[in-house]
This record gives sequence, structure tokens and C-alpha cells, in this order.
Amino acid sequence: MNLSEEAERLQELLKSRRHERRRHDTWLTVQIARNKDRPRTSDYIGYLIEGFEELKGDRLRADDRAVLGGLGWFDGRAVVVLGHQKGRTLDEQTRHSFGMARPEGYRKAQRLFALAERHRLAVLTFVDTPGAFPGVAAEEGGQARAIAETMLAMARLSVPVIATLIGEGGSGGALAFAVADRVLMQENATYSVISPEGCAAILWRDAEFAPQAAEAMRPTASQLLPLGVIDRVIEEPRGGAHQNPEAAARRVHEAIGEALTELEELTPRERRLLRRERFRKLGVWGGEGAPV
Amino acid sequence: MSVTVEIERRGNGPQDRRWTCPACRTEHDHAAVRRNLWVCPECGHHQRIGARERISQLADERTFVEYWAHLRTLDPLEFVDLEPYPERVREAQASSGSTEAIVAGTATIDDSPCVLAVMDFGFMGGSMGSVVGEKLWRAATSAADEGRPLVAVASSGGARMQEGAVSLMQMAKTTCAVDVLNDARVPFVAVMADPCTGGVVASFVSLADICVAEPGALLYFSGPRVIAQTTRERLPADFGTAERNLELGHLDAVVTRAELKAKVGNYLRLLRGGGQHDGPGRRDSRRRGGRTRRLARAASARVAAAFKDTGSEPVGGGGEAPGASEEPPA
Repeated sequence: MNLSEEAERLQELLKSRRHERRRHDTWLTVQIARNKDRPRTSDYIGYLIEGFEELKGDRLRADDRAVLGGLGWFDGRAVVVLGHQKGRTLDEQTRHSFGMARPEGYRKAQRLFALAERHRLAVLTFVDTPGAFPGVAAEEGGQARAIAETMLAMARLSVPVIATLIGEGGSGGALAFAVADRVLMQENATYSVISPEGCAAILWRDAEFAPQAAEAMRPTASQLLPLGVIDRVIEEPRGGAHQNPEAAARRVHEAIGEALTELEELTPRERRLLRRERFRKLGVWGGEGAPV
Repeated sequence: MSVTVEIERRGNGPQDRRWTCPACRTEHDHAAVRRNLWVCPECGHHQRIGARERISQLADERTFVEYWAHLRTLDPLEFVDLEPYPERVREAQASSGSTEAIVAGTATIDDSPCVLAVMDFGFMGGSMGSVVGEKLWRAATSAADEGRPLVAVASSGGARMQEGAVSLMQMAKTTCAVDVLNDARVPFVAVMADPCTGGVVASFVSLADICVAEPGALLYFSGPRVIAQTTRERLPADFGTAERNLELGHLDAVVTRAELKAKVGNYLRLLRGGGQHDGPGRRDSRRRGGRTRRLARAASARVAAAFKDTGSEPVGGGGEAPGASEEPPA
């Protein structure tokens, strides 16, 4: 009797320790993902893309500096490359709105996707954003539709599309650049439906519970891989990509290169259908055994 | 808010029940408000309604057949906040009478057949998780397969946080579902009811062929609280309202609940009325004269000849002509 009680108590203790451990690890990842010194989209373009030519503007009204995009060479083939751009110093970060894109940024992406499709260029995206820019002008400028149409534009591409999550993957603002054939994710990047602070404020009614919310949402690469949300985890140098950006970039380069070579084996039609299939399968539900 | 309705239900007996309008605070007879489609007879406030009520208002009598009700919510992340996720789902099921935040099936609306999918804000804030995404996928693809238009009534606080990134993925999944509909050229009409926010607006709803909202409905991606916290902007008083969105060009129309059924029916007839269907004023819609047929055949032969051998080599050497990838099967 006493023995089994003791065993139960120890089991509980073990469970809570595991929880604590996981909470600690997840929160650490969130912090590394947000680290100011972490390589940005511009850094990866510098390491991976030769002869980058930036293409600015949405061809409607503005150039959103939270989105960096253009043309360049990746391993000998011309590609369209674009991503959220965060900046590092406070000045830079302000200029780039901390990587939070407005409708103009999403429309810039759409016109670059159209360019890629027309000229049969593969698309490489880098995802690094806390989320879409939350502001009155952005909302009234059609933020919701801009995100939806960007996803649809990505879904409709017949060229290879590879998304790489390199930092924060926050909500719809991140997903708008990640409706891809392959979604790669760095070891210390995060991908979640809402920020841990936002989730804590709603479900715990207190933003202080952000570490608990982060743990509960399982936003890390190793947690998302088994759910099929991402296709591959890209390892980082010890301590995070910022400790050795060049080494981190080498691994990103290798992963994108492998994915691209695979995707080039497929026909345009196959790529579209398989991309659609990839997203159709996402989700977890039961009850299929029951009579309809 | 549905809260008011709940209190009324619990309160008095079935007779002499009163309903207080949350907008103008006037009191009305419960049955009269229900007959008025849960719109305040005094100020026109559109009370939030559940999925079943919406279906009974929109679908022609006894035409709605529910599908995919067997799909069950699971807990992929074993998510626990102040309560475990399965517990929250059970509570929502008990209070709403629905198994999930969306009810879908086939129906006719004003005699037009369609697939009808209605979200229920009363079920965990109408949040979109795996089951909502899957039901929308099935509704859209079966609509595409059968050539029946899709009508979606959306009312949602956004993605279901308890399913983490899996719920985020439903935005992409439902977007792909619209892609399937578009490829099949099957019409898609979306009705936004209060409130319609977050991931649901930023995915399938905004991609509909026709997008209307009920008066006074709040529609936005980022809400006032998030905007205030991040940018400290002062929000205009009418921020996010259907009327403001109409002015800004984000909506096709603001439609009152009383007009909704006739309007949606009309949209469906119009979107299906091009050529192969009978419409008003068209006496002999199906038969083309022999001369017209010959001209059409000759024209398509010329076009085909002109496009022959112009297919460029695509990336990856698939060898398909550019146009060929436009229409994959659903």
C-alpha cells in the first residue's frame, strides 16, 4: 500500500520534472528564435544567393521594407527569393517594422510569385516574423485578403517552392510565405498560431504565462516534424545560428539544395497537386470508423 | 451575444419570455424576435445565432442534409491551459449542441442547390481547428466534384489555439480547398456574420467569389486589442464594421438577415447563369444555331493551331506547356 503510493508520488514528480524541462527548453528556443543577432533573411541571401538583385515595390502603392525580395542565382540556377526582413539595430528594426509585413509586403510577394511562374523560376522563401503588421492602415488596406491571396498564389505556383523558417514563424503572417512544396525549419526557429504572450493573455488571462503557453503550443522544429507541419529540421551550430552564421548558412544551403533537386524531378502539374495534397493531409481528427 | 439568449432560456417559462436587445436595451417578446430572425425589431441589431438556427433560416425547408458530422476532435498536442482541451470541447458540445464549430451538408437556398457550411461562434468562439478545416475541405471538394456551389457562413474568432501550428495549417488547407473550387469553376459565396476575425478571414472567406456581411458585423484580422498593444494607435469608432469594410471596398454588399436568403439564391443563379443555364429573358438557352456552332468549331481549331508547339521548357524539365498546369483535377 505504502509502496504503491510512493511509486505514484514518484511518477507524478517525474512527470512534473519532464514538464518543467520541456517548458524550459521550449522557452529557450523562443528566446533564441528572437535573438537580435540571429542571421536575417538578408544574411542568408548574402550567403546562399549569388548576384542578388533586389526588386522593390508592390506595383500598386508602396514598397514594404518588412519584405525583402528579388532575383539571384542559387547553385547555378536563377531563382526568385524573398522573405521577411527584421533588421538588427533598433533603427533597422524600426525601418523594417520588425519583420511585420503590411498588405503592400504581401502584394510584393504576389507579384514576385507571378514573375517566378511566368519565367519558370523556383521560389525560395525565408520566414522570420512575429506576425503580420497589426495596424489600422494595414487592416483597412486589406491585410486579411492580402494574406489569403498570397497563400492562394503560392498554392497555385507550378515551379518548385521551398520555405525555410529561420527565426520566428508567427501566425498567418508567417504562413503566407510558407505554402510550399517543402517547409524546412531551423532547429531553434519557432512556428506557432499566435505568440506565446498572446496565447497566455487569452487562455491564461495573463501574458506572464508565456512560457507555459509556449510549451503547450509546441512551436519548435522537433515538435512540429512528427505533426507534418514541417518536412525537415535544419541543425544549427551549438548555441544557435548567431554563434556561427556561416556554418548555419551552409546547412541551410545544403537542405534547400537537396529539396530543390528533388522537386525539379517533378512536373509542374505534379508539384501543384502534391503541394495541395501536402496541406490537405494536415490536421488531426478522429471518427472515420463511424458510419457516415 | 448568445449569452443573453441563454439567460432568457434558463430564466422564465416558455410563455411570456422576454428578450432584451444588447444594443438598444429595449425589451421584446421572445417569440417575436425569433420570428424576426433574431434581429431586434427596434434597432435592427443582428443577434448572433448558432449554426442550426442559421441553417433553418437560410436553407429551404427540409432540404438540409448534414454530412461529415462523424468527424471527431482530437487533442494532438495534449494541450492544457487552465483546463485540458478535451474538457473544453466537451463543454462546448454540451452548450452548443453541435459536435464542432462548423455544421456542413447539402441544401437548396431559394431553390438553388448548394453545399452549405455554417460556422458556430458559440462553439469555442467558432475557432478553426483540424475538424473545421477538414469539414471545409470536404464541403469544398464535394462541391467541386458535384458542380454544386459552396455557401459558407463564417463567424469565428480565428484559429484554435489549442491545436497550435496544426490549426494554423488549416488556413493553408482551406485556401487550397478554394483553389480546388476555382479550378472546377464552381461558385463560392461567403457570408460573414459577427464576429469574423483572425485566420478565418485571412484564408478561405476572403477568397470567395462573392463576399457579403451582415449589418454591424465586426470583421478584421488583427483586433483592436492587439493593435492598441502593438502600435498604440487610436482606433476609429467604426473600425472593422461591415459598413466600414463596404466603404473601403472589402465587401460586395452588406445584407440584412431578412434579405440574405433571397440574395444568396440570386447570387447562385447569376454565377451559374452564363450560357448553359436558363436565366430570365433567355428563351432558347440551350440550342445554338448550326452557324454559331460551325463558327465556334472553326475558331477553336484556329486557336489550337496557333498554340501548337509554343510550350516552353518548364523548370525541372517536365515538358508541359504553360497552360497545361492550369487545371489539375480536383
